[in-house]
Amino acid sequence: MTAATTSHTATPRTGDLLYTEIEDDLRSSVRSLLDKRSSWDAVLARTESADTTDRELWRTLAGEVGCAALAVPEDLGGAGASWREVAVVAEELGRAVAPVPFLGSAGIAAALLLALGERELLAELASGELVVALAVPFGTVPGERPVTVELREGRLSGTVLGVADAAAAHVLLVPVGDALYAVGSKANGLARHEIVSLDMTRPLVDLVLDGTDARLIAQGPQVHDAVTDALRIGAVLLASEQLGLAERCLDMTVEYLLVRRQFGRVLGSFQALKHRLADLWVLITQARAVARYAAECAATGSPDLPVAAALAQAHCSVVVQQAAEECIQMHGGIGFTWEHPAHLFLKRAKSTAIALGTAERHRAALAGLVGIPGAQR
Amino acid sequence: MTSTATAPGSSGSLDADGLAARVQALLDDHDPATTDRIDFLRTRFDAGLAWVHYPEGLGGLGADPGLQPEVDVALAAAGAPDNRPHTNIIGLGMAAPSILRFGTPDQQRRWLRPLWTGEEIWCQLFSEPGAGSDLANVATSARPDGDGWVVNGQKVWTSLAHDATWAILVARTDPALPKHRGLTFFVCDMSAPGVDVRPLRQITGESEFNEVYLDDVRIPDDQRLGEVGQGWAVTQNTLMNERVAIGGGTIPRESGAIGELVKAWREHPERRTAGLHDQVLRFWVEAEAGRLTAERLGQQQAAGLPGPEGSGAKLTHARLNQQVSALELDLLGDEALRYGDYSARRPVLVAHADSPAGWRYLRAKGNSIEGGTSEIMRNIIAERVLGLPPEARADKDTPWKELPR
Repeated sequence: MTAATTSHTATPRTGDLLYTEIEDDLRSSVRSLLDKRSSWDAVLARTESADTTDRELWRTLAGEVGCAALAVPEDLGGAGASWREVAVVAEELGRAVAPVPFLGSAGIAAALLLALGERELLAELASGELVVALAVPFGTVPGERPVTVELREGRLSGTVLGVADAAAAHVLLVPVGDALYAVGSKANGLARHEIVSLDMTRPLVDLVLDGTDARLIAQGPQVHDAVTDALRIGAVLLASEQLGLAERCLDMTVEYLLVRRQFGRVLGSFQALKHRLADLWVLITQARAVARYAAECAATGSPDLPVAAALAQAHCSVVVQQAAEECIQMHGGIGFTWEHPAHLFLKRAKSTAIALGTAERHRAALAGLVGIPGAQR
Repeated sequence: MTSTATAPGSSGSLDADGLAARVQALLDDHDPATTDRIDFLRTRFDAGLAWVHYPEGLGGLGADPGLQPEVDVALAAAGAPDNRPHTNIIGLGMAAPSILRFGTPDQQRRWLRPLWTGEEIWCQLFSEPGAGSDLANVATSARPDGDGWVVNGQKVWTSLAHDATWAILVARTDPALPKHRGLTFFVCDMSAPGVDVRPLRQITGESEFNEVYLDDVRIPDDQRLGEVGQGWAVTQNTLMNERVAIGGGTIPRESGAIGELVKAWREHPERRTAGLHDQVLRFWVEAEAGRLTAERLGQQQAAGLPGPEGSGAKLTHARLNQQVSALELDLLGDEALRYGDYSARRPVLVAHADSPAGWRYLRAKGNSIEGGTSEIMRNIIAERVLGLPPEARADKDTPWKELPR
């Protein structure tokens, strides 16, 4: 990608960075459901079970709470809310490291179908009956063209490695050249190999297509733009997920340091630890501001969205890793064990920091967007 | 009296339209183009348009503080003079709120108007060589003498002392009490006999601050602010206002230190390297995150939900200013080895953008010390926000005079 010369350095309108009452209510219902149905020991148990996605939980979240329909317009059976509300759900799912296909289906796939005006799939997705996933590697940066599938005589062939939320998907959206195809999960010639993912709570799948039947959804230059936009919405939501997880790590660590005693004092009374937690708290307050700004830009279609999304990933990716690493370190030996959830947090944190582009890749994108060109030699 | 009706003349519900009408009335009666500057400022104060949220008669109308920017913008657009706020930072930001909260009606009437118009500059006699972060440890004494007090001691880091007419002063009135309880707050006349202001030369070469020696300075009792022994409550109120002033506010993207760094990057393509590039971008991200956090804090305060983010904003601002200004010197290379001017001696207030990169680098070292060190800010966050146990305090219940020094 060449460095664009468009300057985004003029100060954009900030918009609303707080949470609305509706968003607070939505958060409470999602959190109380997750507390009951997705405690960390249940999440840990599921990672070692045959079905790594919690389909029952997803049915409740999508069908009863309406989480899959939030950003879908009302005339398509959606809730007509916005990406701001979707981001609040992402925060809660991140907090709980919940194993549900929310990001891929209600986030990235919904954004893509919205952009392309694909009404039928969108309506089914919104109802929660259909899980849809975009068939690109999870580490794809918005704007990249990671095309490894080709069209031969109307059928698709090729391999796509490490696709998120594809294990539970009923339909896969496969970019091929300047076209987008839909492939049913039961299509002839499609094989899905679930790999052992670093993040055990978000299974990745290798897709092998070998003369697979597919339906053309859209063709033309708008497809690449729509995929880019959808991955960007994904990055915005992922930042909120990272915020929620970082906060959970801090909360759990503070709670532990208030009860764990060594040298005749609670650990939380040691200034060395207090200062590290204070620094982490500061980073998380910043993560909230940039994640909210990105969600607001996505919700309002702000021209600053490319900057806001890259900024949110460049910042929140760093914060979530630090939060998870501090959580393990300050828990001491117990934090290194399988029986404590800290490792689930670390694995999710590191994976999200690579997903949809590392912080460094997003900084490189910002360089082009805000006119900070690189070295010429 | 049984009536619950609002008192006549009450303006507690004054809205934006009401204020706009008052602004227009002020401009109609006093054309800024032909009115003397100080006369205009005095009239504006008397019209309640100085601090709109202050009470009537004291520069305000009891209106919502969120409406102040609209008044300022409308008056500036009409060419009205401002009160040169940067020349009286301590007075406007710290002394005025303390006088409003703790002063008697006489004191408020006497001090607030000339403070706001800038006719009288204020400084604060707080820190001492032995009382920095541990501010409650001040040793400057105020001894009762007839209808007043006699003050002796040495203060330090006093911005604007050389320009000031008045100072807010915290002094020890009872050394037999534990340190927080034996303090009293005064207003000191900076021209009183025994007040000696000496410029304090600092790391940048110039003298932005002063030392102030107080040698048998007489302060009448009607210049005491708050009750005897309640000086710590007044001081804490003042410090809280100071941190809000340092950490908050809306600023443009790429302003301040990051703006200077990015400007240098754009202007010096020959000095760019891949390693420096990612560093510049890291800081751009951190600065923008800090900017949005300040915006969010402002929105929270406007919604009536004051948060503790102010301490975090101050911490971030200090660290980033230091790191960014240091990187700017690396980027400038040979050019950064030339400083400019170490010879200034008189106390000066310097505009950051007009100063060389080396000055900004050196000045930034003060950011993590002034207004509460970064370490104290971290303690505040850990204890008040996260609820972690407070630091052990050996001095809490011991009489001040028995503390080791």
